[in-house]
Amino acid sequence: MIKRGLFYRKTINLAVTAASIMTVGLALLFMGWILYTVFDNGFRCFSWAFFTEPTKPYGIPDGGVANAVLGTIFITLGAVVIGVPPGLLGGIYLAEFAKGSRLGNVIRFSANVMMGIPSIIVGLFVYALMVYTTKSFSGLAGSVALSIIMFPVVLRTTEDMLMMVPDALRESALALGAPRWKATLNIICRAAKTGLMTGVLLAVARVSGETAPLLFTALCSDSWPSGYFTQPTSNLTITITEYATNSPFPEMHARAWGAALIITAAILILNISCRLLFKDSKHGK
Amino acid sequence: MDNSKKQLISPDAADQLFKITTAVCALLAVAVMTGFFIQLSWSSIPAIKTFGFDFLFSSEWDPVKNLYGALPAIAGTLVTTAIAVIIAVPLSFIVAMFLVETAPPALSNMLSHAIDLLAAIPSIIYGMWGLFIFVPFMQTYVQPFLADTLHLSATPLFAGEYNGFGFLTSGIILAVMILPFICAVMRDVFRMVPPVLKESAFGAGATSWEVTLDITMRYGSRGLLGAIFLGLGRAVGETMAVLFVIGNVQKMPTSLYQAGTTISATLANNFAEAQGVFRSALFELGLILLAISFLIQVLAQFWLNRVSRQMGEK
Repeated sequence: MIKRGLFYRKTINLAVTAASIMTVGLALLFMGWILYTVFDNGFRCFSWAFFTEPTKPYGIPDGGVANAVLGTIFITLGAVVIGVPPGLLGGIYLAEFAKGSRLGNVIRFSANVMMGIPSIIVGLFVYALMVYTTKSFSGLAGSVALSIIMFPVVLRTTEDMLMMVPDALRESALALGAPRWKATLNIICRAAKTGLMTGVLLAVARVSGETAPLLFTALCSDSWPSGYFTQPTSNLTITITEYATNSPFPEMHARAWGAALIITAAILILNISCRLLFKDSKHGK
Repeated sequence: MDNSKKQLISPDAADQLFKITTAVCALLAVAVMTGFFIQLSWSSIPAIKTFGFDFLFSSEWDPVKNLYGALPAIAGTLVTTAIAVIIAVPLSFIVAMFLVETAPPALSNMLSHAIDLLAAIPSIIYGMWGLFIFVPFMQTYVQPFLADTLHLSATPLFAGEYNGFGFLTSGIILAVMILPFICAVMRDVFRMVPPVLKESAFGAGATSWEVTLDITMRYGSRGLLGAIFLGLGRAVGETMAVLFVIGNVQKMPTSLYQAGTTISATLANNFAEAQGVFRSALFELGLILLAISFLIQVLAQFWLNRVSRQMGEK
């Protein structure tokens, strides 16, 4: 053991503390910088037409992003419909039937691994599965890709939330003679309702800003998303990519910023309201 | 008794059915994970047959002659990930330390939420901000400063022309993106250390940096490793943020200022035009990326599970 003077040790401690405060500041600075840029540039292009008109073909300076907003909503809702029910049910299995079981651990493990698989891989997978076989890009394929990303998130949060329900509640429901499924759905899931909702909303927030998986599935289009099941469906994130990278026109860049603001604001609002929702329910107990 | 007659199936059968349904849904996680590997392997068979093992070590990229090599993309992925991890890990460590040990609870809570929000910003926003704001910033201030003022252009790492795009810029943006993820996990690991251990060290006169270094880091080393691997996993597969700022050229990295590509950027950039063997080669790149991130995630889960089991025993 090296002996060091008190002054040296205190100086090191002070230096590290100062560095950590500076780093926190730096992280907040980057966040502020990014958000400021998005809000500043985005607000400038907000107008009535921006929200009501569809995107125009390449090179035409005016037009809105209304079809892309609608398309993103369609694709995300589709993902919720496909991905959330199996996520919830699977979470119920992990929490109620597979505590500490070997199969449960294998499932938990693969769900955790799945959460870390790059979203572009999911895009490739769904491309080969749906787009290549049906020979057409579609909003539905985009929904499937997003639902695959949502599924493990919903699965794990559902399990965590159900585990937080006290065992006494389970036992009393079963003691009254309720069958297991009824006890689970009516008593335990109801007790964990806010938590489950928070999990789903956070999963929605997570996928609604995804771009890479939609690149190979939903693609992009200038029409309204009426061909959701069979045709390329316009959406905000791919529109941003197209306008920001494939175009020299400042008008298109401006609209990309506008679209970026819509998606960022939506995600921030979802995130913040989730946190408030969950905090309130915890205080209520 | 009357009641049971009305029911179509007996309560026991209903329970069995319920259990099986939920189990099938949960097993989807394993099925999809396996599906990734099967599907991507299947789609890359033509490329594997054409190029064999050379694909991994060749840096040729010629769509006209239909010759493809994965080396530039793999090397680019490793370089950007390395930059991101080298920057983000120490910073997340001291931020986590600040949040758990130094900051008053109310402030710590607020800052934690703020840093979590940083993680919520979609990657395309990072990409766009990178392209329009950060690339010019790098070009006018950071890169000239490093190259000329600090005379780092003499070293091969920072040599050559610069225009803001390239590995260094991508790495820095990735670092900002993964910092909140690593930080969140490290924060949890810091909190898992039993207060008794910390308090006895404080009681013996240790400063908070010494407590962090000698107690928390020893006690939670596996968890910290898990956190690093989680961040690594995110950086390796990130597409949009990198795609916008890396420059997208199929070249081996020689300097950090140089433009290049990564696996995911190559996929996103070329997939739309690719046909036949080219497309299959891209699938094989995807398979390589899947294998890399699978390995990283397995290690991350391994370390994190070990640490939570260790906590459970005590």
